[in-house]
Amino acid sequence: MSWSIFLPYLAVMAISTYLIRAVPFVLINKKLENKFVKSFLYYVPYTVLSAMTFPAILYGTNHILTAAAGFITAIIIAYRGKGLLIVAVGASAAVFVTELLYLFLG
Amino acid sequence: MEDLELDYRRGLKDGIPIALGYFSVSTAFGLIAVDSGCTAVEALFISMFNVTSAGQFAGVTILASMGTYIEMALAQFLINARYALMAISLSQKINDKFRGVKRLALATFITDEIFAVAIGQDDEVSAAYYGGLSTLPWFGWAGGTFFGAVLGNIMPDILSTSLSIALYGMFIAIVVPPAKANFKVLIAVAIAIACSCILFYVPVFDGVSSGFAIIISAVIASAIGALLFPVDDEDGGDAA
Repeated sequence: MSWSIFLPYLAVMAISTYLIRAVPFVLINKKLENKFVKSFLYYVPYTVLSAMTFPAILYGTNHILTAAAGFITAIIIAYRGKGLLIVAVGASAAVFVTELLYLFLG
Repeated sequence: MEDLELDYRRGLKDGIPIALGYFSVSTAFGLIAVDSGCTAVEALFISMFNVTSAGQFAGVTILASMGTYIEMALAQFLINARYALMAISLSQKINDKFRGVKRLALATFITDEIFAVAIGQDDEVSAAYYGGLSTLPWFGWAGGTFFGAVLGNIMPDILSTSLSIALYGMFIAIVVPPAKANFKVLIAVAIAIACSCILFYVPVFDGVSSGFAIIISAVIASAIGALLFPVDDEDGGDAA
């Protein structure tokens, strides 16, 4: 793709993405007092990450069962209080092993 | 000054798992970008200046089909609207010195994972910590993209598939501990997942993009959570 075609797209994409982050970030300087808004924002990170993860995770690998294995493994390891990296590696390992099983048994 | 350096280093360390997760995910992005007609350098530029997984995947699709600029802008606003929610949430979590130019400079690094780690801190977040936290993930995101675009083809599919789940593993690691400890969070998470499943599986909602589905689910679940279980300052209001 030529730069004259690519660069305008890149600019539109990057500026849109930047504005949606920077404008609210810079404009809001005071601590919010409204209880509903505060409570709403308290739940946002958890609800966003949950909605992003499920059900999309089930379709992130070659087979739904290997994805389920990774999903369940991640839940178990996280439930035991392990950190980000261990959960991520554990989930990947579970997918790797079950994908290998599919390869040899399926 | 020592505190600044300490904060930055603490951020760097906390960013390592994010960087590893990003490297694997952006490797997949690099492959897709090249498939869509970008060169490796173009793919790298997209990742350097956007730092958003879902938005970039949608972006190269629009690029490949030579969509309009309006379409590109709307898609990014829609898919990335959750960052606005996170930016507001983060503005409540950071300390008084983290304002103005520092916010303009670090706003680019409001991503799902960097945000989640920052918001999970016990204390207020400084600009130095946020900068440290953002550094390695940014290099991981850009580096993985280039790696994927140039070398990804030699990686066996089974390996890249396994790594692609790493990002979700990180999300799960962030959500499970508070959901385990706090019944209110668990309910909000359950509602978000229920909404997300309805939007994904019920045919009527086929036209709803995945980015918009995330926004709808998060807004409904957070609003219900806030109505049913308002958060008091003493039980975690500081995280809001």
